Amino acid sequence: MGMGSDMYRQQILDHYKNPRNYGEIEDATYTHVGENPMCGDEIRMDVKLDEDDETIEAVAFQGDGCAISQASASMLSGELRGKTLSELQEMDTDTVTEMLGVDISPMRVKCAVLAEKVAQDGAEIYLGEKDIDKTTTEDDD
Amino acid sequence: MKARESAPLDVETIREDFPILQREFDGEQVVYLDNAATTHTPDPVVDAIAHYYRHTNANVHRGLHHLSQEASIAYEDAHDKLAEFVGASGGREEMVFTKNTTESENLVAYAWGLNELGPGDEIVLTEMEHHASLVTWQQIGKKTGADVKYIRVDEDGRLDMDHAKEIITDDTEMVSVLHVSNTLGTVNPVGDLADIAHDHGSLIFVDGAQAVPNQPVDVEAIDADFYAFSGHKMLGPTGIGGLYGKKHLLEEMEPFNYGGMMIEKVTYEEASWHDLPWKFEAGTPVIAQGIALAEAVDYLEDLGMDNIQRHEEQLAAYAQDRLTEFDDIEIYGPPVGEERAGLVAFNLDSVHAHDLASILNDFAVATRAGDHCTQPLHDKLGVAASARASFYVYNTREEIDRLIDGIDAARELFA
Repeated sequence: MGMGSDMYRQQILDHYKNPRNYGEIEDATYTHVGENPMCGDEIRMDVKLDEDDETIEAVAFQGDGCAISQASASMLSGELRGKTLSELQEMDTDTVTEMLGVDISPMRVKCAVLAEKVAQDGAEIYLGEKDIDKTTTEDDD
Repeated sequence: MKARESAPLDVETIREDFPILQREFDGEQVVYLDNAATTHTPDPVVDAIAHYYRHTNANVHRGLHHLSQEASIAYEDAHDKLAEFVGASGGREEMVFTKNTTESENLVAYAWGLNELGPGDEIVLTEMEHHASLVTWQQIGKKTGADVKYIRVDEDGRLDMDHAKEIITDDTEMVSVLHVSNTLGTVNPVGDLADIAHDHGSLIFVDGAQAVPNQPVDVEAIDADFYAFSGHKMLGPTGIGGLYGKKHLLEEMEPFNYGGMMIEKVTYEEASWHDLPWKFEAGTPVIAQGIALAEAVDYLEDLGMDNIQRHEEQLAAYAQDRLTEFDDIEIYGPPVGEERAGLVAFNLDSVHAHDLASILNDFAVATRAGDHCTQPLHDKLGVAASARASFYVYNTREEIDRLIDGIDAARELFA
């Protein structure tokens, strides 16, 4: 029997079991939540911006759900540090799958991009470009 | 077709009729354990579809030519066959072909519910209801002002019948219940529920999507007013389902869809309706699917529904036995030893159901993970999703062993 899933390489499992930047940021610039109703994945992202109000200084997340969604949030929380909000907004599905370093099966893409969408929607709400309570992955695709 | 004598299914021979079961993914032969979602189609049924299109294809009811007459007779006879298969003595007049169980549910909800229900009326469902019934009646409740109540499910996945007796009252106009739960595997006492409903002057709609494929069903013994099922879950094609209804109820009901085929006489001002069941089959109906579904019924009757039921119970019991070997697996539904249909939904502590299904897929083991169209029930169970293995006539114990091997691998990967 073949061992293994391409989708569950060591890096993904490591981030799932030992999530980085897990928790809250007390003086976060913005906080946003989202869910993927199909899987029941939930993510909350806290983002703190630098004094320039543009560069991401720190990111923390909390969540519950499948390995793909949680590992993606963990990896993204590190990836975003030092990036600007406009760089965050330029990220797309390809950026996320590249970051994860594995092929995500079509049925699981929504799990993979949840954290990215939460971070992006949170930024748009902060900038007054969007008015929603919660991100759901069913919304915009 | 005579039912075979009581005997174990000859699974090896049955499997020869299902070439799809020989498919391999990355060198592994597929293990198909997603039968509650849809079953595979045996060669005789595929052949019936091909034969219809190659030899008989024509529109039904109105053609005066040979092909149309042949197609009409085969299509109409299919209704009789399905009626007989579920125990409806009224034949075709009590068997409407629809798209699937969901459409059967909507047909009654719209054609009966919208016209008959109003404020003060009550619709009684169960907490284990499939979205097909739950969402449909919930919306009919909103449109008509009728209240929707739910019969409680106890910790072992059984209906709380005391609660049923409590909430089914003289205000209840419709009780809509699952015959077999697609998540818990529970076989509900639908005959008892029908008695309670009728005592209060209510109708009862039974969703038999997970029952008709797996056990002998007798709608008259249950005394169901309506009974629905899907063709693709019982070796038939997609795109066809059935709705049994008592003749006097179907006669009293308004049509669901309007158009050709369902009318008797039409003027610019008025129209009158065709006989049963055609009144409920507007437009060109599911001809090839209906004929193929009748072929699927022949196939099932040849195996014997009692034998199928026993085979599935044995597989489910074996799966349950193997899964309970592990402390980190939670199984939903009735405990070992109680009646259970051929499916088992469960969760592995350390692994999300979607991750588990993805890893099982790497071993070519096809299961389902998600809420199985029972989100409120999953909320009650306190989980977002579960994994589900469901069995049919072609499954074996060895395939369940491969499921267990896959679960072992997932556990190891996430350890």
